[in-house]
Amino acid sequence: MIEVRGIKKAFGDQEVLKGIDMDLKPGQCNLIIGSSGSGKTVMLKSIVGLIQPDAGQVLLDGRDWTAMKERDRKVLRQEMGMVFQASALFTSLSVEDNVRFPLDFFSTMSASEKDQRVAFCLDRVRIPQSALTKNPAELSGGMQKRVAIARAIVLNPKYLFCDEPNSGLDPETSVVIDQLIQEITREFGMTTVVNTHDMNSVLEIGDHVVLMRHGYKVWEGAGPDILHSTDQEVVDYVFRSALFKRVRAAMNP
Amino acid sequence: MLSGFLQGLGSYFLFLGAVLRRPESWREYFKSFFREVDLLGMSSIPLVVFISLFMGAVLTIQTAINLDDPFIPDMYIGIAVREGILLEFAPTIVSLILAGKVGSNISSSLGTMRVTEQMDALQVMGINPASYLVLPKIGASLLFFPILVIFSIFMGLLGGYLAGDWLHLVNPDNFLMGYFDEFQPYYVVYSLTKTVVFAFIISSVSAWYGYHVKGGAVEVGKASTKAVVTMSFSIILFNYILTDVMLQ
Repeated sequence: MIEVRGIKKAFGDQEVLKGIDMDLKPGQCNLIIGSSGSGKTVMLKSIVGLIQPDAGQVLLDGRDWTAMKERDRKVLRQEMGMVFQASALFTSLSVEDNVRFPLDFFSTMSASEKDQRVAFCLDRVRIPQSALTKNPAELSGGMQKRVAIARAIVLNPKYLFCDEPNSGLDPETSVVIDQLIQEITREFGMTTVVNTHDMNSVLEIGDHVVLMRHGYKVWEGAGPDILHSTDQEVVDYVFRSALFKRVRAAMNP
Repeated sequence: MLSGFLQGLGSYFLFLGAVLRRPESWREYFKSFFREVDLLGMSSIPLVVFISLFMGAVLTIQTAINLDDPFIPDMYIGIAVREGILLEFAPTIVSLILAGKVGSNISSSLGTMRVTEQMDALQVMGINPASYLVLPKIGASLLFFPILVIFSIFMGLLGGYLAGDWLHLVNPDNFLMGYFDEFQPYYVVYSLTKTVVFAFIISSVSAWYGYHVKGGAVEVGKASTKAVVTMSFSIILFNYILTDVMLQ
C-alpha cells in the first residue's frame, strides 16, 4: 500500500498541493484523475521522489519514503518502475538496450539471463523482434509506450507509476495501453498508480480512483463508484468529459 | 546582476558536487566514458587536423612576409611559427573551436534529455543523472583534449612547413632548424596545462547549462548559445590568468 499523508507543495506563491491524503491500494490499478492544473502530475512526482514535498509523508508499505536518506532511497527505487508521459526512452540506445539498461546497473544476472529477461519483457508488451535493434525514435507512439512499460517492469518492481500513459495516442492504442497496464498489474501483483484525465481509462482499468481539483482531493473510492457519486464536483468532472458528452448527445439526439 | 552571477556560480559548484559523487556502477560509467571519447574526441580529429594545417600555413605566410629581410634568417621564422602554434594557437584557438563543437553538443544533448524527461527516468531508476551523464563527458574531455592539442601542434607545424616550402617563402632546411632551435619543453607543459583547464571549463560549463534547461526545444537552443558565450569568455579569461601565472 502507498499511503500519502498531508502532502503540500508550493512553487513560489503558487500552492499546487494543499494537504492531500490518499491510500493507494496494493495489487490494484490506482488512478489519479483530474483536469489540467489540478496538481496530479506534481502529486505523482512527489510520490516517486522527483519533487520533494514541503510537508507531509509518503509511506511505501509503511516505509517513510519522504524522510529517507538518499542512499536508502536508491535501494528502494529498485522496487519502482515508471512510464513517463513522453516515454523518456534513451535515444542514444536501441530498443533492446533501453530495456536492458536497468539490468546492467542493478542486476547481478549473467549476460544470458539478462538476454532472457529482456526478451521476456519485450515479448510481454508485444514488441516484435524486428523492432529490437531500432532506435526508439523510429517507433510509433504506442510502441514507444510499450517499450517504456517493458523497461519499467524489467527489474520486476513492486510499484509501477505511469504519468499520462495515453497522452498523444489515438483512442484505439490508448485502450491497448490501458489493458496492458491492467494485465501487468494483475500478473505481477504490482501496486500501479496511473495519472490520467481520460475517463475511458477510469472505466476500463480504475480499480481505485482519486479525483483531484485545484490541489485538493475531491473524491476517493472504488473505480465504478465514481459514476454513482452525488458530489457536485465529481459529477461536474465526470459528466463534462468528452466521452460522456458524446454518450449523452447520442442518447438525447 | 551580481546576485544573479553569484547564484549561478553557487549553482555551478553544487552541480559539480553532484557530478563528482560515487558512481552507482563503475562498469557502466566506463562504458559511457568510452562512448564519450568516441563522440567528443575522435569525431573532432578531422576538424582539428583541417584547421591546424591551414592555421600553421597562414602563420608561416604572415610571419615570412613580416620578417622579409635579408638580415633575418629563415630559422627565426620557424621559431616564431613554432612558438605561436605551441603557446597560443593549439591550446587556445583549438579550445575555442572545441567549445563551439563539443560544448554545444554537450549542452544540447543534456538539455534535450532534460526536457524529454530522460533525466527523470534515470533518477527514478536510482541513478544520479548528473554523475552518470556528465562525469564521463568531463573525463573524456580531460583525457582527449590534450591529445587533440598535441595533434594540432604537429599538424600546425606541418602546415607551416609545407606552406613555406611550396610557396618558396623560406628555405625549408633553415626554417625547419627553427622548429628545433632553443626548444623549451616547459612550453609544452604550459600548453597542456591550459588545455586541461579549458577542457574542464568546456565540459562542465556546457553540461551545467544543458542540465538546468527548463521548457522545450527553444530553451535548449538558448542554453546552447549561452553556454558557448560563457565558455568563450571563461577560456579567454583563464588564458590570461594562466599565462600570467605560468610564464611570468
